[in-house]
Amino acid sequence: MTEVVQYAVQALSLGGLYALFALGVALVFGVGGIVNFAHGQLIVLSMYMVVATDALPWPLTVLAALLTAVVLGVAMETFVFRPARGADESTYLIISFALALAIQALVLMIIGATAKSTSFGQSLARAVHFGSVQVPAVDLVTLGVAVLSLGGLVYLLRGTRLGVRLRAAAEDFEMARLVGVKANGVMSATFALGGLLAGIAAVLLCASGGVVTPESGLQPLLIAFVATVIGGMGSLGGAAIGGGLLGVLTIVLQVVLPQSIRSYRDAFVFALVIALLYFRPAGLAGTLRKQERV
Amino acid sequence: MLSVTDLSVRYGAVSAVRGLTIACEKASIVTLVGPNGAGKSSSLGAIAGSLRGAKVGGAIEVDGVSLLGKSPEQRVDRGVALVPEGRRIFTRLTVQENLELAGYGRPNAAAGIESVFARFPVLEKYRKRFGGLLSGGEQQQLAIGRALMTEPRLLLLDEPSLGLSPLLVEQVFESIVELRAQGLAILLVEQNVGRAAEIADKSFVLRNGVIEGSAIAAVDEQLVRVYFGAEER
Repeated sequence: MTEVVQYAVQALSLGGLYALFALGVALVFGVGGIVNFAHGQLIVLSMYMVVATDALPWPLTVLAALLTAVVLGVAMETFVFRPARGADESTYLIISFALALAIQALVLMIIGATAKSTSFGQSLARAVHFGSVQVPAVDLVTLGVAVLSLGGLVYLLRGTRLGVRLRAAAEDFEMARLVGVKANGVMSATFALGGLLAGIAAVLLCASGGVVTPESGLQPLLIAFVATVIGGMGSLGGAAIGGGLLGVLTIVLQVVLPQSIRSYRDAFVFALVIALLYFRPAGLAGTLRKQERV
Repeated sequence: MLSVTDLSVRYGAVSAVRGLTIACEKASIVTLVGPNGAGKSSSLGAIAGSLRGAKVGGAIEVDGVSLLGKSPEQRVDRGVALVPEGRRIFTRLTVQENLELAGYGRPNAAAGIESVFARFPVLEKYRKRFGGLLSGGEQQQLAIGRALMTEPRLLLLDEPSLGLSPLLVEQVFESIVELRAQGLAILLVEQNVGRAAEIADKSFVLRNGVIEGSAIAAVDEQLVRVYFGAEER
């Protein structure tokens, strides 16, 4: 029983982190129709900011990391994607791919390929005891931050004017403009939010791992895309569920797979994803939405 | 109010509208009728700024200010509102959110919602319901109400009676006449030619992107004949 609780916390924590990855990508895709490969670079640059500022009190480090991702996200939209507004999705795809490669090359040139470590979050590298149950503090913090972030995003989307604008733009961007929604404002806000989610993810990754390389954004990006596809492209709820599911699945397989094949865990995870998409090509939310409308 | 001079719309090598010149004054209804593919919706789209991938030429002015080169949202701020074909209401926003969205930043938004509810009481009844759950007629009322929330001076209506029952068509046309009485300039694209001509101050027939006939007055038999292809010209 004790182990089950421990694994459950671990699974939910990883699921929450993956949901944050996925939501950052899904938000930008849902509102702007942009598949942003450079989202991973926002996470990397934000992680480097944690490394650079980890001597400061932790709230300042967190603030610096979040600001980095938000400012760079908005800059990406303003200087790279905005000039191409109105282009088709394949143009955005190529632009975002080029942007991701350019940022990665710049990081290699300026910071180098050597892994950088950080002492940020060391105080979380301990277990918290609940009776006989021991849970790593970092998992609890990750789970708590992910839940708060998801809750905050839901509130923003459902309970604020900006949220109504974003949901309208996600459904029909052109029509939203035709009722007066400012395209520049809504896209800046979308990239700022995407950046904020990337920054939160980066802080959590630093707290749990503490090592950054120029390629650190690749795995979160891959997970984000897979989760978004599982959830159903364009659906924020679907992306969050897809991310959560992927995280939980990863931990479950880690536990149930025999030791001899445990190193192939990710292959099993993605095989299950392929199987899911075979039966539900539109993803989970695509199916759910169809059922709602019947 | 609206002045369109020598408007042309091209999609690559295809010319959708050529040499369109029309005007629409305050408190008047101008209709554009014509067969499918005649360029009616392209003309409205060019005025609203909603055409993607099209090359628009000529002059479009509202109260002497050119709209060419302005974004759709800037045109909304100039008092231009489009009720598009197929309504395109936000299905995952509630009725109230659909209306509020269009009213954000407008000085009389709160009064505007009450006015829309007074005009279309069914929208007040379903204010918490998602737009996608409304019937076709209710969605059309929502689309018109949403356009009114932007406090327009020029209303562009693209096939507002399409897919509606005769009773609802009548309601929509009554609303259009009321809006004219309140001072709005209305440019109406309509396939219900007879009914549109009845309420119009001026009608134009478009065919293959050019004006083929026009008429001032209520019911104009010749206009209808031109539209249906039995011209006596």
